[in-house]
Amino acid sequence: MSDLRSLYQEIILDHYKRPRHRGVAAEANREAEGYNPLCGDKVRVTLSVRDGRIEDVAFDGEGCAISTASASLMSEALAGLEVEEARQLFERFHRLLTGDAVADEEELGKLIALSGVREYPMRVKCATLAWHTLQAALDGTDQAVSTE
Amino acid sequence: MTTATQQRSTLDVEVCRRDFPILATEVRGRPLVYLDNAASSQKPRQVIAAIETYYREKHANVHRGVHHLAQLATDAYEGARDTVARHLGARDRREVVFVRGTTEAINLVAQSFARPRLGAGDEILLTQLEHHSNIVPWQLVAQQTGARIVVAPLDATGQLDLEQFEARLSPQTRIVGLAHVSNALGTVLPVAEVCELARQRGAVTVVDGAQAAPHLQLDVAGLGCDFYAVSAHKAYGPTGIGALWGRGELLAAMPPYQGGGEMIRTVSFEGTDFAEAPARFEAGTPNIAGAVGMAAAFDYLDALGLEAIANHEHDLLEYATRQVAAIEGVQLVGTAANKASVLSFLLDGVHAHDVGTILDTEGVAVRVGHHCAQPLMDSLGIAATARASFALYNTRQEIDALVAGLERVRELFA
Repeated sequence: MSDLRSLYQEIILDHYKRPRHRGVAAEANREAEGYNPLCGDKVRVTLSVRDGRIEDVAFDGEGCAISTASASLMSEALAGLEVEEARQLFERFHRLLTGDAVADEEELGKLIALSGVREYPMRVKCATLAWHTLQAALDGTDQAVSTE
Repeated sequence: MTTATQQRSTLDVEVCRRDFPILATEVRGRPLVYLDNAASSQKPRQVIAAIETYYREKHANVHRGVHHLAQLATDAYEGARDTVARHLGARDRREVVFVRGTTEAINLVAQSFARPRLGAGDEILLTQLEHHSNIVPWQLVAQQTGARIVVAPLDATGQLDLEQFEARLSPQTRIVGLAHVSNALGTVLPVAEVCELARQRGAVTVVDGAQAAPHLQLDVAGLGCDFYAVSAHKAYGPTGIGALWGRGELLAAMPPYQGGGEMIRTVSFEGTDFAEAPARFEAGTPNIAGAVGMAAAFDYLDALGLEAIANHEHDLLEYATRQVAAIEGVQLVGTAANKASVLSFLLDGVHAHDVGTILDTEGVAVRVGHHCAQPLMDSLGIAATARASFALYNTRQEIDALVAGLERVRELFA
């Protein structure tokens, strides 16, 4: 049960069952769609960005516990960040999941709960789907992003 | 007086399990419970040994050499064709073409048989439950020829609705493509009836037998189909090899699929005279060891007997259906009366991917996702299912492990 609990921590189950920031961002001016062909998960991320700062973030779509919790935790973490800070956070988060960074709670906050994913390489795409979609929204890419 | 039960052929599963070395391994510190057989089955030592013996003692290139090993390799390869032909129920060994697998077999028929014959207004009739490998090759040929794809729906149990199917057979239907057994639902389709209906209307039938090969006694001639495609790896054989069976007169009228060595009679820069089937469709050095392994797998199935295997798998399916359906929040997907040992299901409030990961921590391997049948999933209004699929070596104890794992999932997500 211990390795299972390290993946499905309470906070992840909580954000899966009661996702925060679900819906459409207030006065959204950026958006992108993401798709994981492996499992059919789809997510839409909407943002309102003013003067280089993320004022609101929301996501919508269907996904597993890992992808939904990751999108929910991401949305919480991003609100109020500068765009550049958001990009850096994704980089740090990605390094956390792919295993070549020590988990630093100060830098990552609640996102650290997803570090158990690195023991399950097949699930990294679930945890990063919303983030790749965020990146596409920030880049203004029209093309839907795919994890493949 | 013997009863019907006593007359049923039986399988000594514990003996069979010892034939499969991988079943003795552990996953995450627990005994492996492999229930992803519809994706690919594990291999018995008889198949592994046949491939090893071939490479150790018989390997050379086939058909061309005059030396001793070339003869041994050719005998092994063509001997494998005899075994596969016999196992498929082909009347003539020349009707069996070795290919990479079911996917390549269907592409071969689409490009070499259908493409030259189809035009605008022609129809290709498929069923709603097809695997992508029996959809996409037809979409390609439809784009190339202007033909149209028509889809026959399923009933509420996941069985092909024969009346609806017949209603969609039109004078424009040239090709009927269908799975013998659904990979996602386990449904065994009424292939003989479909082939009869198609023949009455002059349509050619292409049967995807990938999921049938490990479970059913195959009889391509008796089914009344025109083409039948199988892969070895779902039926205890190696990956990268399969067979296309086609009626002799159809194969004889088809142009080559790929060009190269082995498939020619004479070549000059002015033109090439092609070999007869099956060589015409086997350009290049074939997967000789694969063919040998495929034949060994079919020999293995025949030695155990498909009836005994089917009886055992039927017992597993009944048991698993009962046990899994009894779990709170489970919804079975695919409840046709005639099913092979495939159990697809949903667990209320839990995504299939999470089910798969949690079962994996218990050592239980299942498949989760759309099972390469997205049009089917869309028609059912679901994105993904979890699927347990049983092979001849699975046991009731392994189903108990599956059920215990599912209870663990419910506990975690409660």
